[in-house]
Amino acid sequence: MTSFLNALPGALSQGLIWGIMAIGLYITYRLLDIADLTVDGSFCTGGAVCVMLILGGCNVWVALLVALLAGMVAGLVTGVLHTACGIPAILAGILTQLALWSGNLAIMGMRANQSLNVNKYQLLVSMRYLSDVAKGKQPFYLYPIFTVAMATIIIIAILYWFFGTELGSSLRATGANQNMARAQGINTSMNKVLGLMISNGLVALSGALLTQYQGFADINMGRGAIVIGLAAVIIGEVVFGKLFKNFALKLLAVSIGAMIYYVVIQAVISFSGINSNYLKLLSAVIVALFLSVPYWKNKWFAKPVKKGGAHHA
Amino acid sequence: MLEIRNISKTFNAGTINEKCALRDVSLTLNDGDFVTVIGGNGAGKSTLLNAIAGTWLVDEGSIEIDGINITKLPEHKRARYIGRVFQDPMMGTAATMQIEENLALAKRRGKKRTLKVGITPAEREEYKKVLKTLDLGLEDRLTAKVGLLSGGQRQALTLLMAALQKPKLLLLDEHTAALDPKTAAKVLATTEKIVTRDHLTTVMITHNMRDAIAHGNRLIMMYEGQIVVDISGEEKKNLTVEYLLQLFEKASGQALASDRMLLS
Repeated sequence: MTSFLNALPGALSQGLIWGIMAIGLYITYRLLDIADLTVDGSFCTGGAVCVMLILGGCNVWVALLVALLAGMVAGLVTGVLHTACGIPAILAGILTQLALWSGNLAIMGMRANQSLNVNKYQLLVSMRYLSDVAKGKQPFYLYPIFTVAMATIIIIAILYWFFGTELGSSLRATGANQNMARAQGINTSMNKVLGLMISNGLVALSGALLTQYQGFADINMGRGAIVIGLAAVIIGEVVFGKLFKNFALKLLAVSIGAMIYYVVIQAVISFSGINSNYLKLLSAVIVALFLSVPYWKNKWFAKPVKKGGAHHA
Repeated sequence: MLEIRNISKTFNAGTINEKCALRDVSLTLNDGDFVTVIGGNGAGKSTLLNAIAGTWLVDEGSIEIDGINITKLPEHKRARYIGRVFQDPMMGTAATMQIEENLALAKRRGKKRTLKVGITPAEREEYKKVLKTLDLGLEDRLTAKVGLLSGGQRQALTLLMAALQKPKLLLLDEHTAALDPKTAAKVLATTEKIVTRDHLTTVMITHNMRDAIAHGNRLIMMYEGQIVVDISGEEKKNLTVEYLLQLFEKASGQALASDRMLLS
């Protein structure tokens, strides 16, 4: 129990950081109805860019911004492959992800990992600050849960504003009904590219934050990111779906979903002593189950519904 | 107004499924024309509408609206000139978005979409007014998701959306076919009201001969990708179903075999 409680702040911090990634995924998966596999690559891209820039003496804020932009470029590539080249979205994402494997290694100077010494650089978030703030060595606002929570709130606020604008609404319409969107003069191809860019930008930003938090970037850090992101989206919807109807709250639910996911994983590690190499198997099983439930519910437990409902007009 | 010159379209060219859907079709509409289009299954009615709307590009020929050549324009750019209602009530609206959001999207058809707020308070008042004209009680449900509406309500809303930003051309693709007779009649009456009110140039496909005769000032009949009958003016006013059937037999050399058209 003590080991679990000791690990809890770390799990929450990690959950919050991955929550930003999951919010990015929510944009493609829920709003655009695209399962975007680019994220497994662009998450690491964010980390790689961030670590190299900071090592090169760059300001941490600039490093984060460039990481975000790098992620947007990854999304742009997937978007162009999908819309201009007619490649199915899922395959376009896989292609970009594969290409990013080489790209990420190149960014990290052809090394599989690069570490950041928290003693040498002033970082925005770090695992070390968890204890440093508790001991009073660092100001309270550097407590990772606080820092990342603030970042999450700012991101949600910006997205809430954006998806309420004319452009943002047209992006939502693109995901909701492409025929209708085109008939209303909306350039659906451009909107899909834009959505993929915003999404991957956030994913890369999340990767950059995680890199700072754990003090290194690793070529494998994004592996299975889409599954963790989906887990967060689905847990958020299952737990808060009935309660949160507002768009900003839905995004908040995704972030909380990611925290729940990490706390559960931490609990599994602390209490069962399972070899942590099994965690990816566990995640996949959990997500597969949650994705199957709505389908099974429809198939086996659906009440007969009148078709169309045209008779009530 | 609308000037279609010698357009042709073949689907799956060079394969066993090759289908010549439009053969050298020409059609000129005057400002304010309301044309009804009839014809059997596969006659090319919807293909003609899709060609105008830009769902795909035609193989040959040209299409102009008000002197603007739109032959090569992508669908979303043509939307600036064209309002559309589809046969499938699910197709014309975004189910997961609110009624007012759908209207706001339609309000900006043909305009640049910026980072300004998606719906202004003034717009809401306007939407309440226009929804009231439908007489479906939708004016009190501005923030309801469109997915909650019935098929008839959705078609009526789609009509409203098509006309909200006055189009140069309104395309109706059997927009009452998926509705029950009572609802269909209501939506058709709304159509007539909006078209007359805004003086819209309209092309309406229907499988119902009576509707085709009762509405509009011109009627065209299609057969195997061509326009075989084109009636307007006094002749259109005095049309009867029997005469229309005779015309079809004369034009196609065979009896009209579509049960759907005869029974309705």
